[in-house]
Amino acid sequence: MTSATAPARGRAPARDVAGLGVGRALGFVAPAMLLIGAFLVFPALWTIYIGVTNYRLTGVEAVSPSMVGLSNYTKALNDALFHNALWLTMLFVLGSAIIGQNILGFTLAWILRRARPVVRRTVEAFTLLAWILPSTVVAYLWVAFYDRDGGTLNGILGTPGTAWLIDYPMACLVVFNTWRGTAFSMMLYSSALQAVPPSQLESARMVGASGWQTLRDIVFPHIRGHVLTNTLLISLWTANDFSPFLLTKGGPNHESETVPVYIYNVALQGGELGYSSAISFLLLIANLLVSLVYLRLLRRRP
Amino acid sequence: MRSLSRLTTAGVLGAAALALLTGCLGSSDSGSGDQDANRNAEAKKVELTFGSNSVKGGKSSAGATFIQDVLIPKFVAEQKGKGVDVTVKFQGDGSDDEVYKQKLSLDLSNKSGPDLFQIDGIWVGEFAQANYIKPLTDTVGDAAKVDGWDGWKQIPESVQALGSYNGKRYGVPGGTDGRVLYFNKKLFQQAGLPADWQPKSWDDIISAGQALKKISGVTPIQINAGTAMGEATTMQGVLPLLVGTGATVNSDGKWLGNTSQLRQVLDFYHQIYSTGLGDPVLQREAKGRDKSFAEFAANKIGILLESDYFWRSVVEPKAGVAKMADRDAAVGWALIPASKPGAGVKGQDFVSMSGGGATVINPNTKFPQQAWEFMQFMNSAEMVKESLDGAAKITQRSDVNSEVLKSDPMLSFVAEKVLPITQYRPGQAEYPKVSAALQQATADVVGGKSTDAAATAYQKVVEAAAGGKDKVNSN
Repeated sequence: MTSATAPARGRAPARDVAGLGVGRALGFVAPAMLLIGAFLVFPALWTIYIGVTNYRLTGVEAVSPSMVGLSNYTKALNDALFHNALWLTMLFVLGSAIIGQNILGFTLAWILRRARPVVRRTVEAFTLLAWILPSTVVAYLWVAFYDRDGGTLNGILGTPGTAWLIDYPMACLVVFNTWRGTAFSMMLYSSALQAVPPSQLESARMVGASGWQTLRDIVFPHIRGHVLTNTLLISLWTANDFSPFLLTKGGPNHESETVPVYIYNVALQGGELGYSSAISFLLLIANLLVSLVYLRLLRRRP
Repeated sequence: MRSLSRLTTAGVLGAAALALLTGCLGSSDSGSGDQDANRNAEAKKVELTFGSNSVKGGKSSAGATFIQDVLIPKFVAEQKGKGVDVTVKFQGDGSDDEVYKQKLSLDLSNKSGPDLFQIDGIWVGEFAQANYIKPLTDTVGDAAKVDGWDGWKQIPESVQALGSYNGKRYGVPGGTDGRVLYFNKKLFQQAGLPADWQPKSWDDIISAGQALKKISGVTPIQINAGTAMGEATTMQGVLPLLVGTGATVNSDGKWLGNTSQLRQVLDFYHQIYSTGLGDPVLQREAKGRDKSFAEFAANKIGILLESDYFWRSVVEPKAGVAKMADRDAAVGWALIPASKPGAGVKGQDFVSMSGGGATVINPNTKFPQQAWEFMQFMNSAEMVKESLDGAAKITQRSDVNSEVLKSDPMLSFVAEKVLPITQYRPGQAEYPKVSAALQQATADVVGGKSTDAAATAYQKVVEAAAGGKDKVNSN
């Protein structure tokens, strides 16, 4: 994983790639670049542009929006609801991805490592189900699970009448997303653990290393790249995840309104397309910064 | 080397995208110029699409059934008689009103969307400002033909306002409605309250609630609050209470700010939701309004503020979404009292709010003349009567109302007692933002904030929405 880009280093200059001239090489990549330009770069630039206007879904500003400079960005700086959304998103990412999915996924992989193949495959199949089901389906299952009247959770705990999604919306979301995403982490760690040389584990056992010492000094150094890559991926997915909307619509009273949900509510419920574009761009920048941190960590060899 | 080539790639892509961007910017204004209102007027083959936030078996099922099974076939047959081959497609929807509005706005901003569609009366202003809809005389042309339609004479002026903006007609209004306090007579009997209950002040509502509170498992009072219910909170909660304090949400061109009347309303919410008279959880749930309907039908809610929609479509014994087989015997209704006798708007003892929708024509339709014909056909006395399918409902047409409401005591009550004292929401484009701020203020109070803190926060949001301090009333 960590060396995916390494072979490119030290290669001959572009003109010799596959023996083609630069012009012809460009001709080959042009279709891909056009597609990327049309569907990725253009919308991104368009968002940045809309973000400096007061464009709205309805009303006068829908016909003749005017440039408002950076005022949408200064508005975001002073917007308590946006701060709230940022904070909730961080909680969501930290709780469900960085801690929840990672730890649960690794634990499952570690336990299943020595399980009989039948057991392992069965558990994997069931866990994977959570990951491949459409998020709308999963969300509605969880809404029913948490439901105040006749929900499964209240049945199990014997707490009839507790409105989990209303009283503890963020905790509900963290549990939901941990459950849903664990399969991916588990699969990734399962394959990573196979890369740990059995001989080293064997010798660790011989010298009487504790389970924790084995993990820290032998297993972790081997799968460090996997951990970082996995954490990066699931953090970004979780930060951009829209499924909180399906469970709570961001409510009650903004208590579970993560940034993607806030963007949706501002854009489509409130009609403020300009302002929501500015926030979207801020989310993009935040994600880029987070990715850079991870990439820096990845590159630093232990 | 590598970083250089990366830069070049980015540059090329950026330039390409910028070219696209500027191209789009340049073209975004074209095509909005005036179109010939008589285009395709003589067409023999016509296709129309009718958009509505209703769907068979779901939201406003009866409306969708009528449009698809009666209105469209009859119109097609009528046109066939004139030698015109018409196809009308029904584009039904079953979403929350806010979601339906988004979808329409997005379609209309791209100059597509259905040829005719139904919208809430309060959207007319913002849709008109965005040029999503135009005055009928612009879209259809030939002023005499629109203004000369004989249907207008049957539609009261106040109801016509539902389809108008700045004094111009943008569409033909559908029916209107009125709000009352519903109560469960079975629970009232258990609590020792009268079956012909009519509170004279807010205190009377509270004391009835306290009597109901003694029955276990019952939520005494349910008045919509919070953001989860959207406009239902404003229409079935804040505004009827507000007019009961003598204030309106917009008066003398200024929006309601942090005033003593607003604080009075918020205090009332506080009184209900902090003393166990109302269920604060229900107010915070995404499906809270639907749940409150189900609870009322299951004899678990004592008093509920709702529109006549509740009577004819929710607890209606046969087709309602929360059927009550014994509706006629079990459900009582009363006028909404002002906070104190005489304290209501215009010095009234009792108050109400009304709303309603309108059908409008897409200015970009290929067949404006045929769309207008469809509109007239749809709003003819004959079709309006058929749309009721034997049920009673307050329609836009006086001639139809006087005939059909006789059979239903509740709806005649609304037509005779409520409509004369009712208020309509302002059709200004800022209204939705102010409404959202009111919802937030009630959410704050139900969530435990003090009335003053909620009202102060509200004031700030309304100032921003209205465009300045001088456009907001406060005291």
